[in-house]
Amino acid sequence: MEVSVHNLTKVFGTLRANDGVSLRFAEGQIHGVLGENGAGKSTLMKLLSGFLRPDGGEVLLEGKPVALGDPGAALRAGVGMVHQEPLDVPGFSALENLLCAAPRWALPSRTEARNTLTVLAGRLGFSVAPDDPISALTVGQRQQLEIIRLLACGARALILDEPTTGITAAQARSLFVALRRLAAEGNTVLFVSHKLDEVADLCDTVSVLRAGRVVGEGQMAMPQPQERLLRMMFGGGGHSSPQVETPRRGVSTAPPAWQLNRVAARDGNMALTDLNLAIPAGAVVGLAGLEGSGQQILLRLLCGQFRPSAGRISLAGADLTGAGAAAFRRGGVEYLPADRLVEGVVGPLTLAEHFALLQPEGAIIDRRAAEGAARQAITDYSIKAMPASPIMALSGGNQQRAMLAMIPDNTRALVCEQPTRGLDVASARAIWGRLLARRDAGCAVVFATADLDEILEYSDYVLVFFAGQISRLLPRAELSAPRLAELIGGVDFATVAGSRGATAT
Amino acid sequence: MTTSNQAAPAQKPPKAAIRSPLLFGALALVGALIFTSIVLLSSGVPPLEAYRLIFLGAFSTPVRISDMIMLAAPLMLCSAGLTLTFAAGLYNLGVEGQMILGAVAAMIPLRLFPDLPPPLLWALAFACGAAGGAAWATLAAWLRVGLRVNEIFAGLGLNFLASGIALYLVLGPWRRVGQASSSGTEPLPNALWLPTLDKLRLAPIAPIVALIALAIIWAAVTRTRWGLELRAVGLNPQAAGRMGVPAARRLAESLAACGALAGLAGAIQIIGVFHQLIPSISSGIGLLALLVVLLVRANPAWVLPVAAAFAVFTVGSVQLPLALGTDSSIAGVLQGALVLFALLARGLSARK
Repeated sequence: MEVSVHNLTKVFGTLRANDGVSLRFAEGQIHGVLGENGAGKSTLMKLLSGFLRPDGGEVLLEGKPVALGDPGAALRAGVGMVHQEPLDVPGFSALENLLCAAPRWALPSRTEARNTLTVLAGRLGFSVAPDDPISALTVGQRQQLEIIRLLACGARALILDEPTTGITAAQARSLFVALRRLAAEGNTVLFVSHKLDEVADLCDTVSVLRAGRVVGEGQMAMPQPQERLLRMMFGGGGHSSPQVETPRRGVSTAPPAWQLNRVAARDGNMALTDLNLAIPAGAVVGLAGLEGSGQQILLRLLCGQFRPSAGRISLAGADLTGAGAAAFRRGGVEYLPADRLVEGVVGPLTLAEHFALLQPEGAIIDRRAAEGAARQAITDYSIKAMPASPIMALSGGNQQRAMLAMIPDNTRALVCEQPTRGLDVASARAIWGRLLARRDAGCAVVFATADLDEILEYSDYVLVFFAGQISRLLPRAELSAPRLAELIGGVDFATVAGSRGATAT
Repeated sequence: MTTSNQAAPAQKPPKAAIRSPLLFGALALVGALIFTSIVLLSSGVPPLEAYRLIFLGAFSTPVRISDMIMLAAPLMLCSAGLTLTFAAGLYNLGVEGQMILGAVAAMIPLRLFPDLPPPLLWALAFACGAAGGAAWATLAAWLRVGLRVNEIFAGLGLNFLASGIALYLVLGPWRRVGQASSSGTEPLPNALWLPTLDKLRLAPIAPIVALIALAIIWAAVTRTRWGLELRAVGLNPQAAGRMGVPAARRLAESLAACGALAGLAGAIQIIGVFHQLIPSISSGIGLLALLVVLLVRANPAWVLPVAAAFAVFTVGSVQLPLALGTDSSIAGVLQGALVLFALLARGLSARK
């Protein structure tokens, strides 16, 4: 189904999120839509899938103007959107989710739904079974279920918003195979991303948005030189290519920040056992591995959110075995969660109120000091906000910067979960500039990410996780990208294995 | 939603002026009046006359004004307490029981040491009332924080238990000499009653205590770190914990503080209003305060006008049966409709 937009405009207050966007997405092809954070990609996709209504211009399906009042109407018209975070009911099975989220006409009976699910999963090479409980599925599998649901409801145009965030490389590959097949069958696929290599790998055409407008002559056939696309995304100059060598630290001689002795811990069906590890101060340690290989457990052990079932953990020489997150925090450990608004900041409170919360002493709030601190942070960290802005009104990159700005100066160790999740290249670079400055000041930085380039670019040491096993601390200088990829896949893992008995059960 | 190479502020633009809270408040009021008028008309009562009584009846005589103030005082205390639990994200349905236990506790010094000087006894009664209410609320907090029992269920259960305790005391250990009547304990000697204005039931100490408590709560919520931490815990306990706020402790403290205020209200009911323990000592004031807090939310500054207005409606409507032959519960209809329409308006204003 051909999807096109003509002069589409969406205004939020004074911000023109989409400003006269005209594009045509031909059927039977995969169309990439590129742009940095806040360029208007998500707004465009929400307009196409009925989550938002345009303030001007029109959406055309098969050349006919349509009014998509809500997502249901869009789906009836044949446009379905797969969200970054799958919207499903955790307590239900895959089949029940499919049933309750699909209109009656699409799946009239349980048997039929089961049939549809099995057939579509088989045809697309997906690994979702009807009776799997959602809670046992990975993000990738939940995404697969969502695609199956949209197809079962008659979608002929699929919109995928950053679909490879948080899924494994293998799942991404199988997703791409499925998307190519869907395109070959005559469907239209819109692929929103800021990962250039994925767009190059998958898409037939590419369109670049910047500041709510289509850049250049509009849609372009792939392949396009990466340099050109980057220039279009970020504007001329000012942004160098992402492959810049970061100054790296040599082998650290500082005493370890954390010391783990024969630690065991478990989370669900993943367990770490007999973990011996000394994490150095003044260095960046990257946790590499497929999603859910045990990195989460280590991160949460390091900030006291998990207590080990055996072994000892000490922080800068002080034994903190069995202590809670508050004790770790007092010991100088700061945790930066991936889900900023869920665990990181209090969305409705303002920036200044956050700084007031962090004021060390005093029963009465010193408003002026809090506002001053917020103003200082806004300048120092280039946060686009006012002290009185509620944090939830900031963009993802600005929220992340604000979270970094709130870290006390005397922090000894930082635990970051996907520190640049959902950020564009420029924001990610700014965040890393801050983290590296902390490292240079002697702070230990441990981070986990699914992005290999990020691991290779910023780590001084790498810990590779493979199915619950952990490598020893590998100096970054001894690792090449292909070697790291092999280790993540488990090739020759025994040669670097650090924790003997770690297993996935 | 901005690009990173523009200097535009990153926050969402402020809502248009037409969506101001005042306008929505006015809309809620109009909606509630229309709804109540329909109820009045359908039962054959002239709405204008009924509204005249409801809105102005409380001011018609000095007696009614004093009744209104004596209702507003405990209502303000309970509502002020509930703004604390509301800020912490808790629905403290147990406020009714906390008030009853406060009343029971206030009785203890009055029964044990009736010969102490009255001012000292009043102070003791207030202190014991606050302690009793706080203790009862701490029980709810322990169930919530320690055993993860939802505070709504814990509160409801404890309310029944509190009523049971009051009834047991009235019928059992504290019954009147020579008779066991569920109507109440032996009235307190006149000397122990809170002093009232000449020939009125208005005891000035009650509204003074309520206003002082309200001012303290207002300062605590808006000016202190503790209040800010409460709000942070109420909005996002995980993130608040990450920033070093002891979340569970703040939840318990907000419940205990609310219980203490409800206990003060219970003490007023004993020494200022009923002068004896009766089974229905709370008179539903805790439940009415829950309606008040649904309107004012975590904003103590609005407790004074809203609680006063609710007291005006309640006292004013008492004359309805005599004047218009309709039931006085129409004040409850108006109060309930106000809350419903306010919630409705708030929901509408939150929509994008």
